[in-house]
Amino acid sequence: MQVDRRLGWIAGAALFAGCAIAAPWLDGFTMSLLTLVFLFAWFGQASNLAMGFTGQLSLGHALFAGLGGYAVVIITTRYGLSPWFGLLIGMPIAAAAGAAIGWLAFRFGVRDVYFALLAIAVAEMMRVIFSNWNFVGGTGGIFLPALSPTNEPLRTLRGGALFYYAAALFLATAGTALLAWLRGARIGYLWRALRDDEAAARALGVRAPLHKILACAISAAMTALGGALYAHLNGVIFPDSMMGMALSIQIIIGPILGGLGTVFGPLVGALVVVPLGEISGTLGQSLGISGMNSIGYGLALILLIGLLPGGLWPAIVAGVQSLWRRR
Amino acid sequence: MLLSWLNILAGGVLIGIVYALIGSGLTIMFGVMRVVNFAHGEMVVAGMYMGYFAHSLLGLPAPLAAIIAAVVMFAFGYLLQRLLVEKFMARPQHIQFILFIGIALVITGLHLAIFGPDAHAVDGPITFATISLGPLSLDLVRVQAAGGAAVLILSLVLFLRLAPLGQAMRAAADNRTGSLVIGLNVPRICALASGIGAACAGAAGALISPVFDTEPYLGLEFTLIAFVTVIVGGLGSLAGALVGGVLIGLAEASAALAIDPQLKTAFSYGLLLLVLLLRPRGLFGADAG
Repeated sequence: MQVDRRLGWIAGAALFAGCAIAAPWLDGFTMSLLTLVFLFAWFGQASNLAMGFTGQLSLGHALFAGLGGYAVVIITTRYGLSPWFGLLIGMPIAAAAGAAIGWLAFRFGVRDVYFALLAIAVAEMMRVIFSNWNFVGGTGGIFLPALSPTNEPLRTLRGGALFYYAAALFLATAGTALLAWLRGARIGYLWRALRDDEAAARALGVRAPLHKILACAISAAMTALGGALYAHLNGVIFPDSMMGMALSIQIIIGPILGGLGTVFGPLVGALVVVPLGEISGTLGQSLGISGMNSIGYGLALILLIGLLPGGLWPAIVAGVQSLWRRR
Repeated sequence: MLLSWLNILAGGVLIGIVYALIGSGLTIMFGVMRVVNFAHGEMVVAGMYMGYFAHSLLGLPAPLAAIIAAVVMFAFGYLLQRLLVEKFMARPQHIQFILFIGIALVITGLHLAIFGPDAHAVDGPITFATISLGPLSLDLVRVQAAGGAAVLILSLVLFLRLAPLGQAMRAAADNRTGSLVIGLNVPRICALASGIGAACAGAAGALISPVFDTEPYLGLEFTLIAFVTVIVGGLGSLAGALVGGVLIGLAEASAALAIDPQLKTAFSYGLLLLVLLLRPRGLFGADAG
């Protein structure tokens, strides 16, 4: 545990500081790739909180990303209000949706696979409803208007590549710090106690419903914030891309591969998964065979979880530890 | 007016029986292996391609193609379990989830690489043929699909009830440790269950290939349909899968009638939510997990 933490702090600080300092020298491709890495590190931390800390396998996180994204986009394009106000509405809506799912699951004893399916069902239902709801643009989605030349990124929460890079880097740093703090905080211990043995934890007086619902709500609000940034980054929002099952899967692959329940796992996971998707995509294109990208990506996923049972980050820690001992 | 409504509802029930076959495959895999097959829909799509090519290249009707698809997919499922999934049986659920997502991606990728992204539609006079049943007139391809699916579900039930191997399979599903103690070869039974599950998916795919256009990206949709079917009925119960499938078919058809065809999936998810909340283990599921 000691090595885990020390190594994490050193590597994490070096990574975040290095990426912040290196920003002016990055080319466009690297910058946009790292932007996605950091954004999915943030998404990963959000689902790590629900899945890794509290043990609730949620396969419907795209719902929260979509709610956050739609709230901000609708507030700004339909009502001309500040996107900050959109966040102020979208994050509580997502938190309420997360809390509602958590409450329903608890109230009706829905757990494990059934909880995952409950989350999928709610998310898919909302996706279909949004696809048929004209107010939110239906399947055609909503396109963001062109930026004015006098755009102030902090006012509109939109900007160039550098703005999104900085914002995603900030989120990834903040998310990692938040989870590091939560893990050591009282509530982090309560969550993990519930994850490892709910009956025992409740016997000791841990208020299971309250804390599980709280984890769902915080995780949902974090995902909504990421979703708003993702929608702005894309410049457009569709129900299929922002609320679909594909995004839900994309969100949870990183933390699971990186190491669920660890503070740095989701970051390491995103650093591997996002470039992996890009590489297999370009590889498939250069070979000229459609489908090669998903074959490569799928095989890489199977290989990684086959070789690294606990995830990437615990494997790295174990590797460093054995090096340390050998010296 | 009433008659056309009845026709649409009957069409929904017919497709629902095929959903029941898809769900039966998922439920057998879960019951015996305790593993959720997130690549189930992709296996259905594999069966659809087999059905399409059996029709367009060999001129075979869908029920014959379904037999071929069942045999091929049985071999696939058996080998998949023996060579890959077996090593993940003791791993946590989220790891198995990633494994099956990986498998699903590989299958979709193979479909794309081999058959391309375009939709393949079975054509010819059979797609327009109808059968009159009293006042109803039903699409021949749907009747054929439902009939084939019903026969397969029935033989599956008979196999599990009467054949020694089927009884061994039920024993392994009921009590894994106990069946190891009495000397059942549980890994082999798991591989058989995986083969049967994949065969159900493949046969169902071949049966519906004249009804829906075949595309590589349909997998996720069928996986979700299979989940809804099985959860509504109760994970691990064949009777539940049958009832769940027919209910989903009916819900989709009545949503298409009453509101908007676009909203039909929302209806079946609504049904799923209702069942999850009122009876978390499904209509036919065991009460204690």
